[in-house]
Amino acid sequence: MTKGILRRGIWLLLILPGVLFVAVFMLIPLFSILFSTFSSEGAFTLDNYGRLIQSVYFQQVFGRSVRLSLLSTALCTLLGFPCAYYISRYSKRKGMMMALAVFPMFTSPVIRSFSWMVILGRKGIVNQLLVDVGLFARPQSLLYNEFSMTVGFVQLFLPQMILSLLGVMDSIPEDLTEAAGNLGATRFVAFLRIVFPLSVSGLVTGAVLVFTGCMTAYTTPQLLGATDTQVLSTMVYQYAMSLRDWVQASAVAMVMILVTMLVSGIFNRLSRKINPMAA
Amino acid sequence: MRKKHHIALGVVTFLVYVFLIGPLLIIMAASFGEQNALVFPGKGFTLKWYAQVFQMSSFINAALLSLEIAFAATAIALLLGVPAAYALNRYRFPGKNTVKTIFLSPVLIPCIVLGFIMLRYVVNQWNLSVIPSLLIGHTLLSVPYVMRVITSSLANFDFAMEEAAGSLGAPRGYAFFHIVLPNIKSGIASACVMAVINSFNNVSLSTFLTAPGVNMLPIEIMGYVEYHFDPTIAALATVMMLVTLGVMLLIEKTLGLQTVV
Repeated sequence: MTKGILRRGIWLLLILPGVLFVAVFMLIPLFSILFSTFSSEGAFTLDNYGRLIQSVYFQQVFGRSVRLSLLSTALCTLLGFPCAYYISRYSKRKGMMMALAVFPMFTSPVIRSFSWMVILGRKGIVNQLLVDVGLFARPQSLLYNEFSMTVGFVQLFLPQMILSLLGVMDSIPEDLTEAAGNLGATRFVAFLRIVFPLSVSGLVTGAVLVFTGCMTAYTTPQLLGATDTQVLSTMVYQYAMSLRDWVQASAVAMVMILVTMLVSGIFNRLSRKINPMAA
Repeated sequence: MRKKHHIALGVVTFLVYVFLIGPLLIIMAASFGEQNALVFPGKGFTLKWYAQVFQMSSFINAALLSLEIAFAATAIALLLGVPAAYALNRYRFPGKNTVKTIFLSPVLIPCIVLGFIMLRYVVNQWNLSVIPSLLIGHTLLSVPYVMRVITSSLANFDFAMEEAAGSLGAPRGYAFFHIVLPNIKSGIASACVMAVINSFNNVSLSTFLTAPGVNMLPIEIMGYVEYHFDPTIAALATVMMLVTLGVMLLIEKTLGLQTVV
């Protein structure tokens, strides 16, 4: 009898440790934080969010996060698309090109941000070039501003864009473009009417990865940004660790979750809908 | 015409790769420079910065802690994730999607938020010390990787083999360890690689959970570069990148890089 119950309930024993682990250490704390942002001395309130949204500082930080993430996503798309197209169609060393995209991805974001500190600093190679060419009268720091943050973001997340585009482009049969060519389409038209529409789902997946990555990255804005170029993630850290304002830190954290979930939810659904190969 | 546009694309691709890899090569080159300030191109050739890295106990200790946490957390994640992935593929029960979502949920929460949540509602409330908090946090990071990869390798596993072993008299545990596990071992291996690398490189979560004296390597480096700007970090970065290259070669030889990314 007990053996029968054990046998029927074995799935429960197998999933329970993991479910409890995630629930106790993440989900319950997450909901506790969520409730804490809506309560003040036991009563329901929207004050914490009201205060946040009305704060000019938060508006600036939020705006900067969204702006830099959008800009970086656009740049990753512009740079990643031709790259992925070239690698999937013309490159003879596809494996090598993929490995070269994976290598920076596996390298610590701290090191990648640090490399830009070396390159864009006052004594860095970019400054030397600009002074030599005559664009700068004397070396000036290109670091700790939105420019250096964007450069860091693009370098950080571009491999993801290239890889997710490669994923879909590789599944487009070569015959399709050849057939279009045989039917009289120029390569450009074939690209526009066949390759591009079939790549959109990879593009959307990549864009979601880049956008949410930029919205939540901490290392890059911390190392390549400054106190006057805070983003949401550095704001959470600052409120929690320097100002010890747990309530505002929690509210900002909830805003981050909301934005990333909304964006990835909407666009992943979209990408599934528009992928003709999936259907 | 065709040739031209092909070449133009090639040039763009080359430039993009210079942008991706170039900065890392510059760091490597700068690590051999003799000057005390980090400049590229540097003068002379020396290995003294490498000697210095291996003499700095703060980096060595942080690297060891990072490795220990990464491996231990991945092991715990396997212990939690593999049985669950097995149950999800093998048994029929209600709420499967919810269970799967729970296991994948840590990846949906930004790491910086996860760190903050853990600090406020786990570490502070239970008075946890640094090591257990890091271990719990990094296990949360690894669980989704394990879940995703193992479920998909089990989806390709034919459970009839396990049943065959059972009808030939093998006890359930025996059949699992001798039939199921060997068939998904490459999935387990690639899950481990991804989870360990992800944990080792993590900053946003650890930054809330570490304390002075007990630090993870990336946090230690971040603290160092905010105040110092010498080739020591370039040397350390080069060592780390060489290890990464070694790991990638190993993956390529055994599993194939395509399977992990």
